[in-house]
Amino acid sequence: MEQIKRTALYDIHKKYNGNMVDFAGFELPLYYENILDEHKAVRTNAGMFDVSHMGEVAIKGEDAEKYIQNLVTNNIEVISEYGVMYTLMCYEDGGVVDDLLVYKYNSKDYLLVINASNIEQDFNWMIEQKGNYDVDINNISDNVAEVALQGPKAQMILQKLTETDLSNIKFFTFDDNVMVDNKKCLVSRTGYTGEDGFEIYTSLDNIADIWEVIMKTGKDEGLKPAGLGSRDTLRFEVALPLYGNEIDKDITPLEASLGYFVKLDTDFVGKEVLARQKEQGLSRKLIGIELIGKGIARHGYDILSNEGEKIGFITTGYQSPSVGKSVALGIVDIDYTKMGTEIKVQIRKKQVSAKVVSKKFYKKNYSK
Amino acid sequence: MKIMEEYFYTKNHEWVKVEDDTALIGVTDYAQHAMGQIVYVELPEVDDEFNQEDAFSVVESVKAASDIYMPASGSVLEVNEDLEDEPELINEDPYTNYICKIKLSDKTEINNLMNSKEYSSFCDK
Repeated sequence: MEQIKRTALYDIHKKYNGNMVDFAGFELPLYYENILDEHKAVRTNAGMFDVSHMGEVAIKGEDAEKYIQNLVTNNIEVISEYGVMYTLMCYEDGGVVDDLLVYKYNSKDYLLVINASNIEQDFNWMIEQKGNYDVDINNISDNVAEVALQGPKAQMILQKLTETDLSNIKFFTFDDNVMVDNKKCLVSRTGYTGEDGFEIYTSLDNIADIWEVIMKTGKDEGLKPAGLGSRDTLRFEVALPLYGNEIDKDITPLEASLGYFVKLDTDFVGKEVLARQKEQGLSRKLIGIELIGKGIARHGYDILSNEGEKIGFITTGYQSPSVGKSVALGIVDIDYTKMGTEIKVQIRKKQVSAKVVSKKFYKKNYSK
Repeated sequence: MKIMEEYFYTKNHEWVKVEDDTALIGVTDYAQHAMGQIVYVELPEVDDEFNQEDAFSVVESVKAASDIYMPASGSVLEVNEDLEDEPELINEDPYTNYICKIKLSDKTEINNLMNSKEYSSFCDK
């Protein structure tokens, strides 16, 4: 068995009473005090997550732009320098290798941020796709530490610690020369909670000091350390996908309702299958579900038609902390995707009534 | 961690409070701590019959669903309906907020359970 990894913030998690769990081979806090308070802190004030487990791959070289364009579904040619783009990497059959963020320094120098659970698989896939492209592909995941400061008060808190005017870092852009408490960081206005906020990358040596100074500065603003539990409930409420749930190797981006990030006028691995799928129409798609009966629809539970026939499966489900309803995301046969359609969810021995609703259970509050 | 002296306990962290041939059943303080914030309780129905160690209820935290097992065989006399609207009562006081009351079908099964002292050392292991 592979040894479980610890991030550079491990001692900090212990200090803050992190309830530690194994996540994608990393020992990380599920929560510190409790999931719901951490969720609420991010929605109303701010929360800080250790996301050092995320993977980073540096792509440099003459053909970097062409190589990445072939690798991902979105049109990366339109990213400005110091811009960030969300995209997906697909297999030949249209299934998803991973979803990722592309950070562009210039057309010969990019940083790709990938999921912790997929680092090795993604890196091998990237090497496999290298072909004759003139690029260097370096997995620098072990050398990068990262925290996400998220919430309506994120800018106010971070601004106290830097001379860089953070209002100049627009939504989905970054600055790689932000001195936070006199330590050099890459700061992007991105995140995974549906709130305004920043992802702050720095060296392993600096991250503990950065964490502590941000926590101290944000204390009076209601900043809380937040764990993986609230990270999942927050991203779920605004229908941001999670690899292994809404997307995986057997689900295409179109089926996951991520068609906006698939630009079929570019060339990329898996395009043929996705173009055909779009032309012929989807046979199944991701929907939002609200339970009418009592219970919580968990990942993997069957979704049934009103007649009791299996029509799909739940990808994620929670008692939504922000809206107080039992809601879920699920993939169902296309005939059952219309809003208001009555369906059922098999929760253990009971079939619980539900209906199709908008996937956006909670409205995003990005600062654009 | 709170343990009630006169109650009996299972290795799965359920408690039993015996009153003549009936018993109140719930989950322990240890269990509610381990589960975290409870957001839903699936209750059994009155007259349901269970054998010792049958799953009879499901307590769901924010992250996951946990089966709760019958400490002793019996039929359900009463369920704690307050938990339907306020499942967090289990976090607040897991001993007052029982899940159901059963009529014991074999009182000698209680002898298989741990008393408070035994349960206390079981939890310390």
